[in-house]
This record gives sequence, structure tokens and C-alpha cells, in this order.
Amino acid sequence: MSAALKMDVSANDTILSARDVTKTYGNTRALKGVDFEIRRGSVTTLFGENGAGKSTLMKILSGVETPTSGHIELDGQPVVFASSNDARDHGISIIHQELSLAPNLSVRDNIFMGREIRGPRGVDFAEEARQARQLMKDLGQDVDPSTKVDDLRLGQQQIVEIARALSVDSRILIMDEPTSALSATEVDVLFGVIHDLTSRGVAIVYISHHLEEALHITDYAVVLRDGAITAKADAKDIDLEWIVRHMVGENFDLGTPPDGYEFGAPVLSIEDLTVIDPARGTMPVVDRLSLDVRAGEIVCLYGLMGAGRTEMLECVAGRVPVAGGVVRLDGRDMSGLSIGQRIAAGLALVPEDRQRDGLVQTMTVGRNLSLASIRQFVERLFLSSPREKTLIDDSIRDVFIKTAGGEAMIGALSGGNQQKVVIGKMLATNPRAIVLDEPSRGIDIGAKAEVFRILAERARQGLAVLYSTSEVSECLSIAHRIIVLRRGRIVAQFGPDATKDAIMEASGEAVLTENAAA
Amino acid sequence: MATNLAQGAAPGASFSIGRILLQGRAFFALIAIIAIFSLLSPYYLTTNNLMTMSSHVAIFGLLALGMLLVVLDGGIDLSVGSTLGLSGVVAGFLMQGVTLPAFGIVLYPPVWVVVVLCVALGAAVGLVNGVLIARFKVPAFVATLGVMYMVRGFALLMTNGLTYNDLGGKTELGNTGFDWLGFNRLGSVPVGVVVFALAALVMSLFLNRSAFGRWLYAAGGNERAAELSGVPVKRVQITVYVFSGICAALGGLILSSQLTSAGPTAGTTYELTAIAAVVVGGAALTGGRGNVRGTLLGAFVIGFLSDGLVIIGVSSYWQTVFTGAVIVLAVLLNAVQYRRRAKKPAISGGQPAPLNPTGTHLPTTPA
Repeated sequence: MSAALKMDVSANDTILSARDVTKTYGNTRALKGVDFEIRRGSVTTLFGENGAGKSTLMKILSGVETPTSGHIELDGQPVVFASSNDARDHGISIIHQELSLAPNLSVRDNIFMGREIRGPRGVDFAEEARQARQLMKDLGQDVDPSTKVDDLRLGQQQIVEIARALSVDSRILIMDEPTSALSATEVDVLFGVIHDLTSRGVAIVYISHHLEEALHITDYAVVLRDGAITAKADAKDIDLEWIVRHMVGENFDLGTPPDGYEFGAPVLSIEDLTVIDPARGTMPVVDRLSLDVRAGEIVCLYGLMGAGRTEMLECVAGRVPVAGGVVRLDGRDMSGLSIGQRIAAGLALVPEDRQRDGLVQTMTVGRNLSLASIRQFVERLFLSSPREKTLIDDSIRDVFIKTAGGEAMIGALSGGNQQKVVIGKMLATNPRAIVLDEPSRGIDIGAKAEVFRILAERARQGLAVLYSTSEVSECLSIAHRIIVLRRGRIVAQFGPDATKDAIMEASGEAVLTENAAA
Repeated sequence: MATNLAQGAAPGASFSIGRILLQGRAFFALIAIIAIFSLLSPYYLTTNNLMTMSSHVAIFGLLALGMLLVVLDGGIDLSVGSTLGLSGVVAGFLMQGVTLPAFGIVLYPPVWVVVVLCVALGAAVGLVNGVLIARFKVPAFVATLGVMYMVRGFALLMTNGLTYNDLGGKTELGNTGFDWLGFNRLGSVPVGVVVFALAALVMSLFLNRSAFGRWLYAAGGNERAAELSGVPVKRVQITVYVFSGICAALGGLILSSQLTSAGPTAGTTYELTAIAAVVVGGAALTGGRGNVRGTLLGAFVIGFLSDGLVIIGVSSYWQTVFTGAVIVLAVLLNAVQYRRRAKKPAISGGQPAPLNPTGTHLPTTPA
């Protein structure tokens, strides 16, 4: 991509840089020769879709991962970080997207975990508590340092995470989605802290899905797409449209909605569905949502993290209890049916996290593929081997799994092929409707296209397809209808001719956070 | 086995003798034990002795088979030793005749009724375990630990700590034949060993050929994935504990028949021997890995080793040390085998494996 802009940056301004960094996981190249600079006393924001390689790059810069090739320079000198602790000793801290706190310990213990202040008689808890209170106060949270982290709100936990990173006097602070769990006022406080830090010369790397919020705080913008940097610019020279254009890029052909046939009757009907996440109290994560998917129709569910996509799909599949509303398949009420009974009725779910929920790692490819449809080939008491083998071989062929055969261990496959095993497993049950939670997550672009082609083909044969995604380019592929979800509700519906900007705006991604103008 | 293929893909030059030894370690260990003790004692490798040792193995081998199911599901069953004891005591109680004061009669149930009742009792204990664990989410270790104490307590209560000595039955009462299980032989094979072999065969068939077996391997390998694939994981979980209880009850019947007496403390610590046999047989306590063949080998390794030590006159204190060493070695080798498998590029894809939540904040010694 030639969109990279020249910036007049004096070399001595750069504190940490990645030089031609490549990272390969198995068969997938997560980073392809990335050059990235972090400047003293300023905020550099990394923009990119899920799977673009942002987190991987940050993990390399913070010593969590080592690059496959290329190197890192600190103050112009090549360095190799043995571990994240090593990087921290060099003044580099990272705040991860997923909280890395011990919920059973206090705020104080979490902040000083691994770096306890030693006194003459063991750990100096009083001094730790004093510093912890001060750090939390600076971040606008006057909490008792002896409070257990478990007892804090999610936003406050995030603040503890930030306080821990600040407690080590970092020169470089990497923030991976620090605001995703924060309220608007907490975001304000955080931005105040960021200004304060940069004025003291600290370099900040910022990653966020809230584009305008990030644009507001940043000095430099860098856009990553499919593991390569597509653009760099001064924040004052760019606007939202520039970011979106470089993030999404020209469309890789992920297919078009299958056409030339009429949709059948509604197969999957969701009526006033309400789901309550017990972890978040009584607030519904899915709020009286209604939706019909007809035979042959492909519906895409788009929304940011926390919009309620996963909860809704898991509820449809019977994994999460319904707090209100009805799910019907071909007019038949699914309430009270187990997951197995729903599969038998023709309703299949492909879960979001294939490692955790999709695959049995101790079994072979073939046994994973046949797992959901075992009942089909039971003869009297025992499984029929020939019939199972036929089913496995058919599945491998139908969903294009590249494998040495059904006997290969599941772990030997690439991510994309593992995903195809999970999808193939559910398609082998001959469902009437299939719901897929982020079916393209963490697989490369070629495998994505194949997954969508498989779904389009099945839809043509009359399958009702409902899939979710957090990448806007994937909405505009095979979906006949795009539904935007925000805070558990449907906020917009589009046809296949929608624009990316319109979808992103509806989802809240490109809307200025009301209070971000601090 | 399917696993061979995956291991062929594993990098490294160790695919030669080392790999074969690692794969068949329980088998080679058994051969080595037999060879060494045959050299040390001329009596060891006689048919008679092998049969005697096998009938010892049959008791805790039955427990180990039940334990294998539980372990495959990722659980553990500490109550089997107590269940074995209770089963024996109940058999003894029934064989003495049940007095019903209300009717002024004494019931002498025939042996087959005794067997059925004891097996049903074992199944009931297993059901309690299974329901506690699957429905009420009590951790398996704690649930079966509690049941272990309760069942042992009931056995002691029933006999007031004493032992039923005469299980022979009386011809005129039509309840003879209880010693058939422990004493008789079919050909030259003790009946207990035959029961054990049959149980192993049936279990092997079920694990490899039935839907239940496949469900069990799937639920033990990844419960969430199995559940989302429609596997009735709770039912599977309850079933394995019921089977484990049945195996323990059978073990109790054979043991009390061999001894022609039934004591309330019979089978104490047998649950640990059963777990050891399963582990020596290559099963992973995390679930999903293991098979009947391995567990049989494991049971024979432990049984033949300890009996061999008795025959050559090694102190029983040393026997304990040896048995412990074998278990530690077995677990060590399991770790080597499963780590090797995990080394392959198991997780590949655009997203790296999720970071260990505490990975960045491991305790360090401050410089």
C-alpha cells in the first residue's frame, strides 16, 4: 500500500520502534514487515479492524511475544525483550484489553503484584496502601486500597489495571482498548491522565474501536490492515473518513448475497427476546429483540463488543437461559429444549471461541466432525463405522477442510481449517437454521471467503443463516440483510447496498462519545 | 490408533526406540516386572501363582475400570473403596439371614438376589455422587470424599465394627454358592478374574463403539464444546459415577467371597490403588485421554509388582515405597507424552492464543 504519508519526525523524537517486524502463527502471518514508531511525549493511535494485527504488534513491543523476523529499537539501539518483565524494566508497560487482575486480591495487592515494596519486616503494606490510594485518587477513584477487586465495578477494575501500569513510572504506556468498560466520566478522567502523562514526556500507544474518541486524544495515527501498515499521518491532517477508508481498504471479495431464488417461510423467529447476564446484574444485555430469518435468507448481525450479539446467539441455541420472549423454529416453540434437542430439531450454533467452545482437542478431526450427529449412525447399541466414515469424508469434502484425513489430530490443522471443522460439524446435523457467532474470527482472508461461500451455498439450498461479525466489511458480503445491534437492541437495518460508514455510525462506533470533549 | 498419526507429525528425531518405549511403557514395565521376578523366584512364573496374583488384581482392577470412566470425564471417585467395603458387609448381612421381627420370620435370600441387591446398592451410591457433582456442582473431589466417609460409616454401623465370618450359606436354606465368585475356577481361571475380564471387554466395547463412549471422550476432552454439540454432558457425568459404584460393588462381592468373610474396613485406600492403576495406564486426570487396555496394564503392573515383592520377601515398607515410585514415574511419563503432543502448532490463526491473564505480572525478584 502506498498510502503511507511522509512525516517530518526528527529521529531523536522516536523512543521505541519496530523495524520490519514479521510474526507468524502456524500458517498465518499476523504481521507482515511492519515499521512502527512511538514518539516521546505524544499519543500514537493504532487503528485497525479485528484481526488486523494490532494486539500482536503490541504484544511484540511489550515483550509478551517475540517477532518471527525483524527487530525492536529502543532509543535507537536494537533490543530483545526476554519477557514482559524485561520490557517493563525498560520502562514499557501494557494495559491489556482483557483484565489481568487477581479478583481475589485487594486493590493494593494487585497494583504491587510481583513488585512488592520490601520493608525491614517483610512487605511494607502501609507504604503500598498509601501509594495505591494516591494512584487511584489521581485516576479519580477514591477507593479503599484494601477493597477486593472482585467487589469493584468493571470500570473501576479497569482503573486498577491502569493504576498498576502507572505505578512503575513507565516511559512508554500501551493501552489496548482501555475505555471499553469505562463510563463517560471515567473516560474523561483517563484522558486527563493521558494529557498529564504526555506532558511529562511519557509516550502513549492507544488502541480503540471508538474511532472518534481515539482521534480526539491522539497526536499520530497509524492504520494497520491484514498485518501491514497501510497509512500513517499526523492527527491534525486527517479525519474520520480517512481512518475508515484506510482501515477497511478496497474490498477483498467475500462474496455476494446468493440470488435468483425466493425466500421461503420464516424458519427462525425470535420474539421479544430478553437476556440478562448475571455477571452484570439486572441490566438486560439483550433487550426485547425481535427478528425473523426466512429459509434461504442470510442475516448479518453487526455490533460492537458488548452490544449483545454473543448473548443473543447463545440464548437462541439454548446455552443461556431466556429471561423473556420466545424463540421459534418452523413455528415450534424452543423453550425448555436442551441444546441437543434443538440440534435434533434443526437449530445449530457455531460458537465464537472455537478453542474453548468449538473443538475437542483430545479427539481427531473426524470425531470432532461427527460429534454433533452421532445419533444418525447409531445402529442398535453401537456406532456404525462405515456410516460414520462416510459422514466424515463427506464433511471434509463439503467444507473444504485441508487435512491428512479424518484420523489427523485436530490440533494439527490451521485456524481456518479448525473453524471449518466446527462449521462442518454443525452442518452435518442437517439443520434448518444455523446461527454463527463471529464465524470469521481469527482466520485469514482466504478462509473467510471460503466460509462465506459455504454458507451462501447452503442458503441457496434453503438454510436460514444468521451470523454475527464485528468487522463491517464482512457485513457487506453474503448477507441479504444487515442488522445493527447496540446495547442489546436493534438500532438499524440495512440491505446489501448499505455503506460502511452508515453501518458504523449506527453501531455507535463512529459517533463522538458525548463527554470525550474534555 | 489415531494418535500415532498426529505424533508422526511432531517434530524431533525421537521417533525411534524412545517413542516406542514411551508409547508402550505400561506394557514394557509389565514385561520387565515379570522377567525380573521370574529370575528372583522360581515360583513366580507358575500358572498357579499367576492366577493367584490375577485374582488379586481383579479386585482393584474392577475399581480401576470404574475409575477410568470417571477419570475420562475429568472427574475422580474417592468413594469406591468404601463402596466395596459396604457391598461386602451388606452381602454378609443378607447371607446371615434377615430377621423380620414383625412377621417373626428370617429371610434367607438366594445368592443371586444378594448379588443383585449389592450391585444396586453400588449403583445408588454412584447415583448420589453423580447427582451431587452434575446437578449441585459440588467438586468431584469433595463430593466423593464426603460420600467415602458416609459409606464407610454405614458399613461400620451395620456390623458395629465386627466382621461377618460365615458366608457359606446352608444347603437346606438354598443360599449356598456365595464362595463360587471367589473360590471356583472356570478351567484354571478364577471366577473373579473372569468377571474382571468380562467387565473390561464390555467396557472396552462401550467406550470404542457406542455413542455413550464417544460422548464421554468428548465431554472429558472439552465439556463446553461437547455440550454445544448436543452431548448430554450431565447425563454422561451421572452415568460414569453409577458405573463406578457398580464396579466397586462387584469388587466387594468378589473380595468377601474370596475371604469368605466381610469386614467393614475392607477396601480401605483401594480407591487410591485404582487411581494409580488408571494413571499408570496412561490416562490423563484432566479427562478425555485413556483406554481400557492401558488401565488393565496399569492394574497388572501394580498388582504383579507388589505380589512379586511379597514373594521374594521384601519388607512391606519397601513395597509401599516401590509402588509410590512407580506411580510418580508413570505420571512423569504421562506429562512427557502429552507435552510433546501439545507442542505442535495446535493454535494457529490470525488471533494468537489468549494471553495468560497473569502472564505479564509474574512475580519477579526485584533487581
